[in-house]
Amino acid sequence: MTTVGVTAPISPEQVQKRKSRITRSPKIVTGAVIVAIFAFIAIFGPMLAPHDANWQASTSSAFAQPPSSKFWLGTDRQQHDILSQMLVGGRSTMIISFVAGILATCLSILFGVTAGYIGGLVDDVLSIVANIFLALPGLLILMVVIKPLPAGDTDNPILIGAVIALTAWAYGARVLRAQTLALRDQDYVESARVIGERKPRIIAFEILPNLLPILASSFIFTVIYGISIYVVLSILGIVNPATASWGTMIQQAQGASAMISNDWWWYAPPALAVALLGIGLALLNFGIDEIVNPRVRSRRGSRRGVRFQLGLTPVLRTAEAAASPGFPHTGVTTPALEGEDR
Amino acid sequence: MSAILRRLAFYLLAAWSAVTLNFFLPRMLPGSALQAILSTMRSAPITKEELAALEAEYGASNKGLLSQYVTYINHLLHGDLGTSTSKSVPVSTVIGTVLPWTIGLVGVATLLAFFLGTFIGIIAGWRRGGLLDTVLPVATFFQAIPYYILAFLLLMTMGYLWKWFPLGGGYDITRNSTVEPGWNGGFFGSVAYHGVLPAATIVLASIAGWILGMRNVMITTMDEDYVLVAAAKGLPRWRVVWVAARNAILPSISSLALSISLIVTGSIVTEIVFSYPGLGSAINNAVLDADYPLMQGILLCVIFAVLVVNFLADIVYVILDPRARREA
Repeated sequence: MTTVGVTAPISPEQVQKRKSRITRSPKIVTGAVIVAIFAFIAIFGPMLAPHDANWQASTSSAFAQPPSSKFWLGTDRQQHDILSQMLVGGRSTMIISFVAGILATCLSILFGVTAGYIGGLVDDVLSIVANIFLALPGLLILMVVIKPLPAGDTDNPILIGAVIALTAWAYGARVLRAQTLALRDQDYVESARVIGERKPRIIAFEILPNLLPILASSFIFTVIYGISIYVVLSILGIVNPATASWGTMIQQAQGASAMISNDWWWYAPPALAVALLGIGLALLNFGIDEIVNPRVRSRRGSRRGVRFQLGLTPVLRTAEAAASPGFPHTGVTTPALEGEDR
Repeated sequence: MSAILRRLAFYLLAAWSAVTLNFFLPRMLPGSALQAILSTMRSAPITKEELAALEAEYGASNKGLLSQYVTYINHLLHGDLGTSTSKSVPVSTVIGTVLPWTIGLVGVATLLAFFLGTFIGIIAGWRRGGLLDTVLPVATFFQAIPYYILAFLLLMTMGYLWKWFPLGGGYDITRNSTVEPGWNGGFFGSVAYHGVLPAATIVLASIAGWILGMRNVMITTMDEDYVLVAAAKGLPRWRVVWVAARNAILPSISSLALSISLIVTGSIVTEIVFSYPGLGSAINNAVLDADYPLMQGILLCVIFAVLVVNFLADIVYVILDPRARREA
């Protein structure tokens, strides 16, 4: 009985190995860098902006100025500096999408894990609620709900994020429920139950840590969803933030027919920024998925000459390890993992 | 059969909740929705009768909530969704004219994305590490870009810059157009030509999910013993793949049911970008005009469409998977 509760110390090499698996994945690194840059813009952008978002270079000219050394990204037709608007406009988009992501993830844990762990009638009711929410077209409901809100409310990022979260949690809840069902009958959960741990403790300390990868990916998914919903809502003029946001920049460019007059510097930066942020988040998601589920990896080039065939998975542990001792960053762990996984 | 009946019961419940939600939405909103409508109404001053009708619709009348609800359900059962305040015609008429466009666009694009994506997924899973694996990151890029931005970028490049495709609309309505709407070749050609960019947006944005899902399940399925047996029996390679693919496609079908509401939402956004004459443009105009009856009618219509597609996917699932029949 004296050894109960004592875990083997983790050796420094093990820590090193775990850390390197994340930093070695090019998808995670690229995605994290992109998201970090956008987070930086969201936090410090308004301080770095050379001008105020509503500052006008001139009040007499009505022509959008192309990019120049004075205005790096040019100006729009009202002579607003696009670079400043880009730097200022990221904040609301990021805050709203992350608020939506956090709240929706909490809701999906509440519904999904509870339904999966408790089961029975509770599961039936919660699943039906989640399935109904899943079938509802979130954007349309948001259009109908947000449209009549007073302008002051649509300027509140927390409120808008919360409303978006209400339409976004159901998918995560479904995935979490399925995974909780699978975890519920695992031996370690069983033994915690036998010891007499309470349900909230089992859920919080035995089950939730094993759901982390799924939580991370459903969080990222919701953030992407939140970005696209918020951008669309502001392009359609349903939310009217007082300060510039990427969505409203596109809206103004479209309203002024910037495409026809070929003012590409007006609408391209916000559109590309939204696209790039989405790609960065998706890369992160993709990378997490590959770490959690090594089988789905595609490593073209690192397995020279190996063809996957129906019904068998090649295991190259010894051959590849011996053949490429000088490549710690490629291939070596992958075939080994392949073998362990089977 | 009982499995299908049980699903049907769920969808009826879901439809009822949607209807109820739709009833309570304008009544739950802060402030009176009626005031909001009247204050943003752009048309000429309304008559007393119209005001009374609006009041009845938005619960401003002094009747009880329950009797309002009964009246609402009764109207709904007769296909009466109220009158559009901006167009002054019944909402059902407006929806009737725009719905075929949306069904055509979303239907064709979704089926195309699903079958093409599943097919690519099968090949990519079968030949893992092959050339097709390089398609994955590209497809994921497109999936990560919000529909609106993707549609916008396609419109910018292929529409304005290179002038390959028309800039919007459902068919050619320019002044010197010879296209007559109707069952003739010229009209269909024009519709197809105008539909290329919107459909391409939907396909590009949704195909990665099908490819990736199918590929990953395919990889797992190919490790199953029965696939090994099929290969060991000496069946031709394509039949072995077929054995694996038949089983691997099941999760794709349930995720089709799950994601259809996201796809429909995305297509509505796409329609707005391309001013396609479907539900999306209609609801956009309704929002701009604060036309509540039309907004709610379209919302209800979209929810029903999503539920019907979900039900169809369930039926297909039950047909393909004998276990789903037995368990119920």
